[in-house]
Amino acid sequence: MTRGPAVYAAVVNDDAPRSGSPVTDWSTDFDHTTEGWAAAAPAIWDELRVTCPVAHSERFGGTWLPTRHADVAAIAHDTEHYTSNSVIVADFRPDVPAPMGFAPPITSDPPFHEFARRLLLPAFSPKAIAVLEKPAREFCGQLIDELLATGPVVDAATGYAQHIPVRVIAHLLGVPAEDGDRFRTFIHRIVERPGQAGPVAEEDLLTTYLFRVVEEHRQSPRDDLVSYLIGLEVDGHPLSDEHVIGTIALLLIAGIDTTWSAIGASLWHLARHPEDRARLVADPEVMTFAVEEFLRFYAPVTMARIVAEDTEIGDCPVAAGDWVLLPFPAANRDPAAFEEAGRFIVDRQRNRHAAFGLGIHRCLGSNLARLELRIALEEWLKRVPDFELSDPDGVRWSTGQVRGPRTLPVRVLGREARDVTREG
Amino acid sequence: MRIEFDRDACVGHNRCYLLAPALFDVDDEGYAVPLVGGELPVELEAAARLAADNCPEFAITIEGGDA
Repeated sequence: MTRGPAVYAAVVNDDAPRSGSPVTDWSTDFDHTTEGWAAAAPAIWDELRVTCPVAHSERFGGTWLPTRHADVAAIAHDTEHYTSNSVIVADFRPDVPAPMGFAPPITSDPPFHEFARRLLLPAFSPKAIAVLEKPAREFCGQLIDELLATGPVVDAATGYAQHIPVRVIAHLLGVPAEDGDRFRTFIHRIVERPGQAGPVAEEDLLTTYLFRVVEEHRQSPRDDLVSYLIGLEVDGHPLSDEHVIGTIALLLIAGIDTTWSAIGASLWHLARHPEDRARLVADPEVMTFAVEEFLRFYAPVTMARIVAEDTEIGDCPVAAGDWVLLPFPAANRDPAAFEEAGRFIVDRQRNRHAAFGLGIHRCLGSNLARLELRIALEEWLKRVPDFELSDPDGVRWSTGQVRGPRTLPVRVLGREARDVTREG
Repeated sequence: MRIEFDRDACVGHNRCYLLAPALFDVDDEGYAVPLVGGELPVELEAAARLAADNCPEFAITIEGGDA
């Protein structure tokens, strides 16, 4: 199976500013793939929510950006006027036929969506996921050991956060964790710089890699999710190669960048808030609430839809074919939906955050993500109860629809730092 | 206090199961399954409030009890 640029259809308006070029007016020309957005997205959402709650940009062939919780929720629940066929806004749309889309079920619409999703739900239920707690704790412990051995100043994003979901997802799918660098290359190309990476050699395509993974599992089946998908039979027929490979692509892409971002953003917060660190160390039970508040305040994922039939967002008319960004992180900071929305409250008791989306596409891996985030923070605080940003200006946030720190230099303080110094 | 659960609104966020396991279990697909019906014992009221206040889909509502 091959899927190259040849089947991609251009949608760009030649008169619009090139995607990725600098933005001067966020209400008429926003672009989530720019460094300006990466540096200031929460302030941009807060400003737009007041001044222009449904913003429009000519970029990517025409894109809308609602920032109110009510509008984001309404679109997420409306599968009639909006299609999920493409969920990453780019200059080019993958021309993959409905109802399946490239990566089922996230790119699928009803009724096929429910069929594709129900195949996966049991593997991601909270009880099925609970068995991953022990290996995840071990991964985190090993990573911290390795990191602390390098000195008191470490990069918590590239040295810690980014490796946790890679190892967990690799374990779950049954692909080598050593391929982590390749996963990150695929993800960066697809999620952070969509359509801006230029031509990619066949050999370096995600689908080429996954086709090989599927072939290997066909020859020697094992107890993992890839083998489960290959072995599925529906009405006496196996799933198509497109379906199996698309679903593995989804699990790989959706499971790594997102969780890495949530862990990194949470550590960024803790590095800057000693009072929240102290509270979590003194009262570990607060972590249940803290995890959800991290997810609300630093929700990594903005989804997207394409308007399927002319409709309105709030009072704003939108036309079939337009892109719509679904910024769940912006919805999570709407004062109309949350008390003291702009404040991080570590033990927030009322928290209907939408970090995992709303409606039928609720993040399939939410229980896994929540488990990884909780364990990553618990293990970190156990070993590193005290730390600070070593170079606040050196923190770089990602561009695109997944938001998190991509570099996070921190200095380990207190006991661990002294131990490291003594050993070193 | 009584607790009402709207199965059609539940999409399996699992927040109720996490915060109020005495009131909600989950099925094999991760959808909530209410464990207690009718009038709630007083000791479960705080858990019921948490479950309702943290459901992103507003699938859980409570009636009566101290506000």
